[in-house]
Amino acid sequence: MEGFGGLSNSINGLKQAFRNGETRAVDWRKSQLQAVLRFLAENEDRIFEALKQDLGKHPVEAYRDEIGVVKKSAEHSLLHIKQWMAPKKGQLPLLLFPSRAEVLPEPLGTVLIFGSWNFPISLTLDPLIGAISAGNTVVIKPSELAPACSSLLSSTIPLYLDNKAVKIVEGGSDIAQELLQQQWDKIFFTGSPRVGRIVMSAAAKHLTPVTLELGGKCPVILDSYSGSDLKSAVKRIAGGKWGPCAGQACIGIDYLLVQQKLAPVLIESLKRCIKRFYGDNVQNLQSICRIVNKNHFDRICNLLEEPGVAASIVYGGSLDRENLMIEPTILLDPPLDAQIMTEEIFGPLLPIITLDKIEESIDFINARPKPLAIYAFTNDKKLKDRILQETSSGSVTFNDTIIQFICDALPFGGVGQSGFGRYHGKYSFDTFSHEKGVLHRSFFPELEPRYPPWNDFKLEFIRLAYNFDYVGLLLHLLGLRRLFIPNRAR
Amino acid sequence: MEDFMSSSSRNNNNNNIETAVKELRETFNSGKTKEESWRTTQLKNLLSLLMEKQEHIHTALQHDLGKHHVESFRDEVGPLIKSVNYALKGLKKWMVGKKADLPIAVFPASAHLVPEPLGVVLIISSWNFPFGLSLEPLIGAIAAGNAVVLKPSELSPASSSTLADLIHSYLDTKAIRVIEGDVTVGQQLLQQKWDKIFFTGSASVARIVMTAAAKNLTPVALELGGKCPAVVDSLSSSWDRKIAFNRIISAKFGACAGQACIAVDYILVDKKFASTLVEVMKAAILKMYGENPKESKTVARIVNKSHFSRLKNLLDDPMVKDSIVHGGSLDEDNLFIEPTLLVDPPIKAGIMTEEIFGPLLPIITLEKIEDSIEFINSMPKPLALYAFTNNETLMKKLSAGTSSGSILFNDAMLQYAADSIPFGGVGGSGFGRYHGKFSFDEFSHEKAIMRRSYLLDFWFRYPPWNDNKLQLLRSAYRFDYLGVVLIILGLKRS
Repeated sequence: MEGFGGLSNSINGLKQAFRNGETRAVDWRKSQLQAVLRFLAENEDRIFEALKQDLGKHPVEAYRDEIGVVKKSAEHSLLHIKQWMAPKKGQLPLLLFPSRAEVLPEPLGTVLIFGSWNFPISLTLDPLIGAISAGNTVVIKPSELAPACSSLLSSTIPLYLDNKAVKIVEGGSDIAQELLQQQWDKIFFTGSPRVGRIVMSAAAKHLTPVTLELGGKCPVILDSYSGSDLKSAVKRIAGGKWGPCAGQACIGIDYLLVQQKLAPVLIESLKRCIKRFYGDNVQNLQSICRIVNKNHFDRICNLLEEPGVAASIVYGGSLDRENLMIEPTILLDPPLDAQIMTEEIFGPLLPIITLDKIEESIDFINARPKPLAIYAFTNDKKLKDRILQETSSGSVTFNDTIIQFICDALPFGGVGQSGFGRYHGKYSFDTFSHEKGVLHRSFFPELEPRYPPWNDFKLEFIRLAYNFDYVGLLLHLLGLRRLFIPNRAR
Repeated sequence: MEDFMSSSSRNNNNNNIETAVKELRETFNSGKTKEESWRTTQLKNLLSLLMEKQEHIHTALQHDLGKHHVESFRDEVGPLIKSVNYALKGLKKWMVGKKADLPIAVFPASAHLVPEPLGVVLIISSWNFPFGLSLEPLIGAIAAGNAVVLKPSELSPASSSTLADLIHSYLDTKAIRVIEGDVTVGQQLLQQKWDKIFFTGSASVARIVMTAAAKNLTPVALELGGKCPAVVDSLSSSWDRKIAFNRIISAKFGACAGQACIAVDYILVDKKFASTLVEVMKAAILKMYGENPKESKTVARIVNKSHFSRLKNLLDDPMVKDSIVHGGSLDEDNLFIEPTLLVDPPIKAGIMTEEIFGPLLPIITLEKIEDSIEFINSMPKPLALYAFTNNETLMKKLSAGTSSGSILFNDAMLQYAADSIPFGGVGGSGFGRYHGKFSFDEFSHEKAIMRRSYLLDFWFRYPPWNDNKLQLLRSAYRFDYLGVVLIILGLKRS
């Protein structure tokens, strides 16, 4: 762990390593990506153990949401990095012939990545993959709320990655503040809007570009369904609520909107699903994470204690404070002004809000800040179109949940209060790159009309040039234009 | 800066601003600005504005900056016409978005990336190219379907009020508004909630803008400046020299008298070549701007007394004054500074530590031209880097060894008119970019839309967990579909 004094020196070391060009070569970048893969392969059990300690995450969930995600990202980057690094051809107008133009990606320099506690491995290493692929030097600040993972990363990553270029800095908010005082070429932050504001304000002092991956209340819209479709939908909804870290996930389902008359069938189906997936004894729930710490446990309990909220519980509600376990809980129409419906829940409580018609869900969603994801289970094309055109969110997924997260071709990021900037796949590379325009011109021929002394001929030339009117230009140069445009004021 | 407004009039202003923003939000929420027909109409109207009101624009620029009307056309009106046409041509395609490839693991599924407008956006522009720097972003904001407030700079007052008049008469005022005013109005605007702020100006004001934006988690684009260097290699051909120096001079004195974010700020040259450079440049300045550039109006004037004093102060340092080899005369009454060349002013003097933003051109001599890389890297990353050379090796070294918004070989400032190349800074010169489709993208959110079906639900997605499911997930992530099938059939163990 770095002390305060050592921090500046460390960061200067990273900046020097960047200046020396050590991180530019594709071979270096590939070697680091391969090192990440080795780290995952050789420390899988230790990673499982750390996640179990920090969050009670089951190894299968840990593989699916953390190890598997990072492995896939590293492999994808290894496959494509040469292509990403290559300049892209651009075009200049014919008028400027001979010339050529291209867009060349270059690393930003030394970047800072803040991880989050709910996916402490993937939310640090996935952005790291982007930063390394783009050729930067990196400081990662894992969340102190997942201490076993933070410590694992801090002790083990240096055994695999190039210490001169990648550093892990552990600590709490005081270290975070110290880091934010430094000058970075980019800050990548995953976390809450409240801390996002602090990060962006600090970044403003140095005019540092930031990416903010925040969250929001991600809604599910459930249209009318029958039979096996409903069963599948319910599995995906349950999987998307309690599956990722017991609801403590930015793209996890927050609440559900459904037509009133469908609520009873839905609730029964959800209950059966929950029992099958997780069991029904809060002392012995299977395959589901616990709440990260007492603070968050109490926060979530408080949500249930507001008037009207506890009364709306239709399933679950049991708490085990000692083991920080909260049973998957379903609530039916809690008061809309209660905190459970005004703040991001980030826990295993699923409010179901009933509506007269499912179309009302659009206004409901629009009355609230833009979420990171909207999930809609429907086959109604009209409803789909309205959702797409009339709401705004980081992404929209029809008939499933969470799965957009593993698709490298899809940019992952928010809009409005759910953040700005994006990553995954090539977007990770881009987010840590600057795309430099590179233009080449020749000394011959020259376009004299560019320069003073000014006259009407030159003005007309420039006018025609901006219209890309090459015929006109030719005629103009040959003095023949007046033959074709007799009376108009040129 | 003096604040002449009484607090009640300030409150009045604030109320007007709040009301305006509220109206714009209502317009945006009605969905009007998202329609392709609305966007096309606004762009076409903007084009009419540019075609029909050139006289007004030229008069305003003449008033604010003493710009010759051909310079105004070349640097502001012309590029805008080109950009509006480009947006009109590309709009339909841009709005459609594109398909995304998905891994088979999620089969059957399809995905698209569809752009949507951010909402109500704020554009703050600068005084040096008041029309260009206001309308170029406006084109992007409109094309992307947003409602817009434009805050022109009060330091170019004629342009500011002309913009307000013209925009309010040509464009849809329910969705696009110009709000004029000084620092106080600027601050009041920054208190509002925006879906994006696009700022062109200085780093010090940019900090204020970004800090205000942070309160609402508003994304920002900052188009700043920096000291854009021109690296001049020894050119053996006299034609090449003539052309190169013409281009440099034009990109300094011809670009709003050096008051431009992408103007050449200073020159780096091998000391053996320096005297040739100075001689040829002196002649070129004379040819291009004549004996009396103030009279011929081929060089713009300085925008106001404050900037004039700032530039005068740069020259007041005795060692700087001594380094002047051409020009140097100042006319405070007319806010005019003659095109001035300096050779090796002190590196620590203000003229070499700050962005000059004026018609003073320092020429820094080096032992060898390759030293320019280290020199450039000792300063914040500029918006543009120019290099005049025929040496391919030097070109590669410069491109790989430095970082800047963009880099141009053998010409200057042209990147401003290139629609297919993103225009924006890095490091101290800012972040975010625009021009061409990049303008559209800058004011859009690219929404990922995924459609799945119920066929083929992989049961190993759900708990209760067991080793079998773990193996299947491993294989699925490797996109090892055969492996998945074999495990399912019980024929393979992980």
